[in-house]
Amino acid sequence: MDRRTEILQVIVSHLQGRGIQTDGVDEATDLVDELGLDSLDTVELTLGLEEAFGVEIPDSDLEDVRTVGDVIDLIEKKTSVGA
Amino acid sequence: MNEVLITGIGVVTPIGTGRDEFWRALVEGRSGAGPISAFDASGMPVRIACEVKDFDAAAHIEPREVARSDRFTHLAVAAAALAWQDAGLDGELEPGRAGVVIGSGIGGLATIESEHASFLAGGPRRVSPFMVPKLMPNAAAAAVAMRYGLTGPNLAVASACATGAHALGEAYRYIAAGLADVMLAGGSEAALTPLALSAFARMGALSTRNDDPEHASRPFDAGRDGFVFGEGAGVLVLESAAHAQARGAKPLARLLGYGASADAYHVTQPDPEGLGAQRAMRAALADAGLTPADIDHINAHGTSTPYNDRVETAAIKAVFGVEAKRIPVTSTKSQTGHLLGAAGAVEAAACALVVANGVVPATINLTDPDPDCDLDYVPDGPRQIEVRHALSNSFGFGGQNACLVVGAL
Repeated sequence: MDRRTEILQVIVSHLQGRGIQTDGVDEATDLVDELGLDSLDTVELTLGLEEAFGVEIPDSDLEDVRTVGDVIDLIEKKTSVGA
Repeated sequence: MNEVLITGIGVVTPIGTGRDEFWRALVEGRSGAGPISAFDASGMPVRIACEVKDFDAAAHIEPREVARSDRFTHLAVAAAALAWQDAGLDGELEPGRAGVVIGSGIGGLATIESEHASFLAGGPRRVSPFMVPKLMPNAAAAAVAMRYGLTGPNLAVASACATGAHALGEAYRYIAAGLADVMLAGGSEAALTPLALSAFARMGALSTRNDDPEHASRPFDAGRDGFVFGEGAGVLVLESAAHAQARGAKPLARLLGYGASADAYHVTQPDPEGLGAQRAMRAALADAGLTPADIDHINAHGTSTPYNDRVETAAIKAVFGVEAKRIPVTSTKSQTGHLLGAAGAVEAAACALVVANGVVPATINLTDPDPDCDLDYVPDGPRQIEVRHALSNSFGFGGQNACLVVGAL
C-alpha cells in the first residue's frame, strides 16, 4: 500500500469513529461541502491525526486545507524523512 | 391561565424504556439494581447501581450526533423521541411556540473525566474541541430542539435531585401563561463514573448493601442505608388543552400545579422539620386549587437515605394533617434507584400513569418500617384505587424543592 492510501485509511477510520458517512471518500472529497465537517470536526480530525502520526499540526496549517487530498498532503509533508 | 395536559411520556430507566415497559415494571415491582457493569468497581466501597443496560444510542440518534454528545444527552434525546412518538406529534408546530426545558443534575461528567485524562497525558492539544458542547448541562435541551426544530423557549434547569420536577414545573408555567403551546420537559442523568460514585460514597449518601443490590433501595425501611446510584431520563410532552384538542391528541393526564421552595438551611441535609418541603407541597396544592383532602396519592422523594425519608414523612404529616395516614405514598426510587436529575421527571411520568390507570405501585423492599416512618407506603404490592390527584415530591441537594400535582382527565 502506498503512503497516501495509508493516510487516507487513517482519515476514513477517524471519520467513521465520529459517525460520519464515508462511502466513496477519496482525495477529491471536500471536507466541508461533502463530509459536512464544521470547525470543531476539523480540530477533532487534526487531533486524531496528530495522535496517529505523532506530528503537530498548528491551526495555521489548516487554512488552505479544503479536501481530503489536502489533508494527506499535509501529513505526508509532516512525516516525510528529513522534515 | 391555560390548562396544561400531559400528552406524551418518554422514559429511559433502569427498569424499562418507553411508557408501557416502564409501567409494567412499576406494577410488577421490579428492581433495577445490580452489580455495576459500566466499569470495574471491584475496588470501590459501593459496587452496585441502577444502570440503563443495553441502551443503544444509535437506535435513537444519528451516529454523528452520538459521537458529538455525552451519554446524558443520548438518554435525553431518546426519552424525548419516545415522548414525541407517544404524543403523536408530527413536527408541524408553530415557530416559537414549542420549546424545551430539560435539565441535568450534573451534566456530562464522563466527558469531563475522559478529557481531563487526555489533558494530563498529552497536554492542551489532546483536549477535544467537543468537550464543552458535550459536558454543558444544557446540551440535552439544545439537542432536542435541533432534532425537532423547536424554536420556542429553551433552557436547562439544575437543582440536583429536583431537576426533573423543576424542569416540568417551569415548562408548565410557560404554557399556563400562554407563552408556549407545547413543551418537551424533564431531566436526564448519566453520571455513573468511578469519580462520581466515589464522591457520593464519601458523602455517605449511598447504600453499601453490595451483596444484595435488589434490596438496597428500601425507602422508609428501618434497615435503609442510603440511595442506589441511578441513571436515566424522563421527558414529558406538555401541551395546552387548546392545542392538544385542535390536533386531536390523546392526553394522559393534567398537570395542575407546581410549587417550589428552598430550605435555605444546609447544602445536603434537609431542614430538620422539612419546612422547605412543606412549603413546596403547600405551594403546589395552592397552585392546583386543591386541599389535602383532594390528594389521593403521593409519589414521595423517598430516596432511602436515613435523613430524607424521616424528614419527608414528617413534612407530609405537617402538610396533610389528619389526611396523611389515608394517602398511599410510594417511592418509585425503591425500584429505579435514584436517577438524580432525571428522578423528578420519571416520577411525574409515574404519577401520570397512576392517574390514567387507577393503580398505585408498591414501595418495594419495605419489610421493617422505621418507627419514624408511619404512613401508608403501599408495601404489599400494587393497589387498585381511583386517583384523581397525585402529588409528586422532589427535593434536591442545595435544599431546592419542587412539587407537582398531576390530575386525572
